[in-house]
Amino acid sequence: MVEPVNVLTQRWDIPDAHTLEGYLDSGGYAALRSALDTAPADLLQMVKDSGLRGRGGAGFPTGVKWGFVPQDTGKPVYLVINADEGEPGTFKDRELMERDPHQLLEGMAISARALSSPRAFIFLRGEYLWPGIRLEEAIAEAYQQGYLGKGILGAEFDFDVTLHYAAGAYICGEETALLDALEGRRGQPRLRPPFPAVAGLYACPTVVNNVETIANVPHIVERGVDWYRSMGTEKSPGPKLFCVSGEVVRPGNYEWPLGTPARTIVDESCGGMLPGRQLKFWAPGGSSTPLLTAEHIDVPMDYEAVAEAGSLLGTTAMMMYSHKTSVVEAVLNWTRFYEHESCGKCTPCREGVFWLAQVLQRILDGGGRDEDLQTLDDVCDNIFGRAFCALGDGATSPIKSSLKYFRDEYTHLIEHGRQPDGIEAHAGVVTDNSGRHRPGPADPTTAPGRPGSTKAAAT
Amino acid sequence: MLSAELRQRAEEIVGRYPVARSALLPLLHLVQHADGYLSDDGVAECAELLDLTMAEVGAVATFYTMYKREPLGEHLVSVCTNFSCAVRGANEVYARLSETLGVGHNQTTADGAFTLEHAECLGNCEGAPVVSVDYLNYECLDADAAERLVGRVASGDAPAPTRGFVPPGVRAVQHRLAGLGPVPGSGGPGVASDQARAADGAVPVRDFGPGVEPVTVEPTFLPGHAAEREEAKAAVRDQGQDPDAVEEAAGPQAREFPTTDPDWEPSRGGSRDGSPHDHGDDDPRQEDQADDAGGEHGGSGRPPEPEEEV
Repeated sequence: MVEPVNVLTQRWDIPDAHTLEGYLDSGGYAALRSALDTAPADLLQMVKDSGLRGRGGAGFPTGVKWGFVPQDTGKPVYLVINADEGEPGTFKDRELMERDPHQLLEGMAISARALSSPRAFIFLRGEYLWPGIRLEEAIAEAYQQGYLGKGILGAEFDFDVTLHYAAGAYICGEETALLDALEGRRGQPRLRPPFPAVAGLYACPTVVNNVETIANVPHIVERGVDWYRSMGTEKSPGPKLFCVSGEVVRPGNYEWPLGTPARTIVDESCGGMLPGRQLKFWAPGGSSTPLLTAEHIDVPMDYEAVAEAGSLLGTTAMMMYSHKTSVVEAVLNWTRFYEHESCGKCTPCREGVFWLAQVLQRILDGGGRDEDLQTLDDVCDNIFGRAFCALGDGATSPIKSSLKYFRDEYTHLIEHGRQPDGIEAHAGVVTDNSGRHRPGPADPTTAPGRPGSTKAAAT
Repeated sequence: MLSAELRQRAEEIVGRYPVARSALLPLLHLVQHADGYLSDDGVAECAELLDLTMAEVGAVATFYTMYKREPLGEHLVSVCTNFSCAVRGANEVYARLSETLGVGHNQTTADGAFTLEHAECLGNCEGAPVVSVDYLNYECLDADAAERLVGRVASGDAPAPTRGFVPPGVRAVQHRLAGLGPVPGSGGPGVASDQARAADGAVPVRDFGPGVEPVTVEPTFLPGHAAEREEAKAAVRDQGQDPDAVEEAAGPQAREFPTTDPDWEPSRGGSRDGSPHDHGDDDPRQEDQADDAGGEHGGSGRPPEPEEEV
């Protein structure tokens, strides 16, 4: 029987854990003290041995990423915290920063020690005002008491942290787009190589890590690699915050070891689905991960098992939806999201996602055509693997997977022009035309060019 | 235009970064604080401060959602309409606010009190549907509660949000987003409560309320999906094939039924012995893991791509 764990969330019940005093009272900054007595190479090895993997979505081993950073370039090494949490359904970093900001700062100081980095930036999503205020207060207190700044805790180690509010662009969660945004440019992804580890922020060696990844670091240092590996699986060790939302009784952040079956999390932590509602489809890691069905509910939530089930662990944002909810409506909602958030750098994503939304809207409005499903499939195939970054790939995930599992619902809409019986309307998808969506002719082949594009007309 | 005092603060922001241009995003927030939107004068001033052209600043300014090219109202009301909020009624909330305020997306009321927008996921899905006023989140609002909230904000009697402080106006908040902390006298440290309360207008979701027992997860199948499943089962029986082999041949993407027994139905209580999703000792994946452990990241010529979430 898997039990929930209490590592990253261990201070969430302490009312003043966000203050330095509350953090110290509950054993905070002990890991930093021990890290300052440890050689950087040993810290790096410790993180490598722990098997910690990036919690931002890709699951890349953190220690390996740190190992790519060259130390002999004569340039400073920058540590950048990716706090641009924007994946639909994801809210773990927000709560980590709101409730325990010092945990992040301590993790950053230890990581900086391991990387010999003098300077870090927290790239925070602009809408995250309250987490930002908590962080501002924590940073100020940490500077005052010598946990940040010159000669941390009397050791010969200087480390500065700057909090940087972004301005609302999902694409900045992609690490190279984030670096461009942090350099004061449009947040568009960069060509790789060179990887940020070699030439990142200001062309200096840079490590970009997610908030939750760094929040793990103090616990690894304090309690050791063996303890850390006692949670999770061989290849996906450690605790994980699962953000469950949608039609469950108690949505929220719940901490379980990686590899916990999805059913256990939804039943035990969330109290199951809402009364009268049965699970129909869910995304295991945000809207960019292929949808799964009720049959997959026993999948262990670790990187390997979820991939084997045909999806991705992503940010572990589990969005659970019931038999009363239209899968086509969900897919259109997310496609509109990608349409709005596509940065416009590459053609497949900029144009393709726009057309996908048009076709989906047509189907949902009752004007679907027999060839529409083939069109959706073709457009997805022309985006996937051809877009500049993973945003385009992610945009196709809900469409491809819903066509695989719920083709009937699409065909029903096309044939009958309405939803199957038993589907609850959510008052449609918001398509307020003063904003992201401008309704044009329903037929894409005669539609005018996208507003703002240089193209006069499609044909 | 930035006042002399703000101009000084702007130079302070520029000084925080190793390369001046990094200050551009905070400076644009500061312009919004001063002018209530990104004015042409403000854009010019940023360009001058950072030694950029107006076109370069304009390119950045038009990229990000939080920068507005039209004057904002006193308060910015954002309704999250992403899907986890939508299934709990966010579209009704947005429609009601749009009707009450008489404006659409990114439009401002005639009296200049409110700008309304529908926003992408605000990262507060556990409190769906979420309405934020000046980027401070109110959780679990239905259309009625949202209307009351806006009414109270309009009459200067705004309730505290679920976490944070009473919305001080969007321009005051922009001062914080520029990295300059609170405008003196606006918006204190505030409260932090865990759950939206009924007094804040929090409402239970449909089909859910006191005295109703939740149900556990029960799989359901669509008719078409069930047919596919039966077909796969039949193939296994007809050909006498090992289901594992079938799944293997079809590849991991094709895994339609997580079982080694064609007649096994998912049921309450976790997977059983021999299921490919079970982490038992005889799990074939354990061997794969041992084989892969050494080679996965070490063998190829170029480093694997360290990629984060998009």
